[in-house]
Amino acid sequence: MKTILHSDCNNFYASVECVYDPTLRDKPVAVCGDPAERHGIILAKNELAKKRGIKTGETIGSAREKCPELTLLPPCGERYVRFSRILRDMYAEYSSQVEPFGLDESWLAIDGGPQEGMELASTLRRRAREKLGITLSIGVSFNKIFAKLGSDMHKPDATTVISTENFREKVWPLPVGELLFIGRSAAQKLNAYGLRTIGDIARANQAALHDILGKNGDTLYDYAAGRDAAPVLALDQADDIKSVGNSTTPAFDIADSLDAQRVVYMLCDSVAERMRKQRVRCTTVTVWLRKTDLSGSTHQMKLPRPTDLSLELSLAALRLLRQVWTGQPLRSLGVQGSGLIFEDDRRIQLSALPDPPAQRAVLLEKTADQLHGRFGKSALFRAILLTGDQRKALQYAADSSLSAANMAAIHRREM
Amino acid sequence: MFRRTYVSVDALFDEAGRITPISLSLRGQRYGIDQVICHRQAAATKAGVQGMRYTIRIGEHETYLFQDEKQRWFVEEKENVRQIPGD
Repeated sequence: MKTILHSDCNNFYASVECVYDPTLRDKPVAVCGDPAERHGIILAKNELAKKRGIKTGETIGSAREKCPELTLLPPCGERYVRFSRILRDMYAEYSSQVEPFGLDESWLAIDGGPQEGMELASTLRRRAREKLGITLSIGVSFNKIFAKLGSDMHKPDATTVISTENFREKVWPLPVGELLFIGRSAAQKLNAYGLRTIGDIARANQAALHDILGKNGDTLYDYAAGRDAAPVLALDQADDIKSVGNSTTPAFDIADSLDAQRVVYMLCDSVAERMRKQRVRCTTVTVWLRKTDLSGSTHQMKLPRPTDLSLELSLAALRLLRQVWTGQPLRSLGVQGSGLIFEDDRRIQLSALPDPPAQRAVLLEKTADQLHGRFGKSALFRAILLTGDQRKALQYAADSSLSAANMAAIHRREM
Repeated sequence: MFRRTYVSVDALFDEAGRITPISLSLRGQRYGIDQVICHRQAAATKAGVQGMRYTIRIGEHETYLFQDEKQRWFVEEKENVRQIPGD
């Protein structure tokens, strides 16, 4: 018999910051992005800030109105990654089936019933408090979906068991939006059909759900009834990547085609380099746009052949952009390669005919990888990033991981 | 209120890679560590930071010695109060 745990670090970023500075523990604290970089939203808050109504995703201005004495801290990614790694190593002492879900959540599968699950949950919570000074909420159940619901139910520092005997009583009264993978728009659609609780979904006609939400309706029907049978992946399986992408929200709007080209080339350079490092090629490219009114759209196209070249990704992404972008200023832009094929996969069919331009592109990009590895990104970069606008130049430098000092020096020489 | 006081440490690195602190220097005074009672990952709950915590004994005095993720060694001290092992 398998029991599944879902472990969720409480207020993760804020909790880690309070470990590094214990004087913050008795104050409302939030970790936020940099408003000057147009990332000025709350990323995480501690319990005291939560009690004052601070919500993740709200603007700093709105948070300050609710709580003028709120302490705001910039994020320190290295710390969060380190804590996350220590936790995963700890989970791995108890199970080889540990599936991370972001930095602060993981599923674990163990042999045994709910009692063994509860005992392990207590052990993990105690060890996280002692080892890291942070608290966990853990759900214990017979499937991943209910285990995650359990960890959401009681916070902070709690264990919740959802069993085959009690799930109708604990889970079914919850609103549909609480179920994993039901976002705001799906919840609204379900509500419009009178399906307001998870129990309503479980009791609904499956064919009707399929009509409302398509294949996802079938999946949610099983989730709601406790029939999710997805296994918790083993540690090495959980690392298999499905896509490689990058996006940016520059400090200025992307207002003309030249800026858009620069951003696309930068993003594709980064995506292609990472694909080559991971020895994968993509067969589909996706571009997503967000306008200044925060509405967004996603567009995809299949590539004529698998690629790990920035040139081919960029050309495809720019072609997509020309088809869908009507020129209104964009707040952010992203590019992603998916439909990945691994290097040793025989589906990568080599062309029988020589292709000198493609071969030159391969040579150029692999040479660039070597130069970057030896001398840093500033050793070789696209001339299109040089611009008379100092602010834009610094943004492109930051997004391309170029040295800002080097960019400034090149600027002074070239402009 | 507590603070982190960084100290220099002499340590033994054995062939298995284990680290055993054998003395620490605090405000110019060197103290031999008589016993390392245990060590484990722990958060320094008074002065902050997370790292490897060594429970050590200097004479009759038992205290914690921490090594943070940047490999620096520190002890937790009350602010504005000089706490010297053995006092």
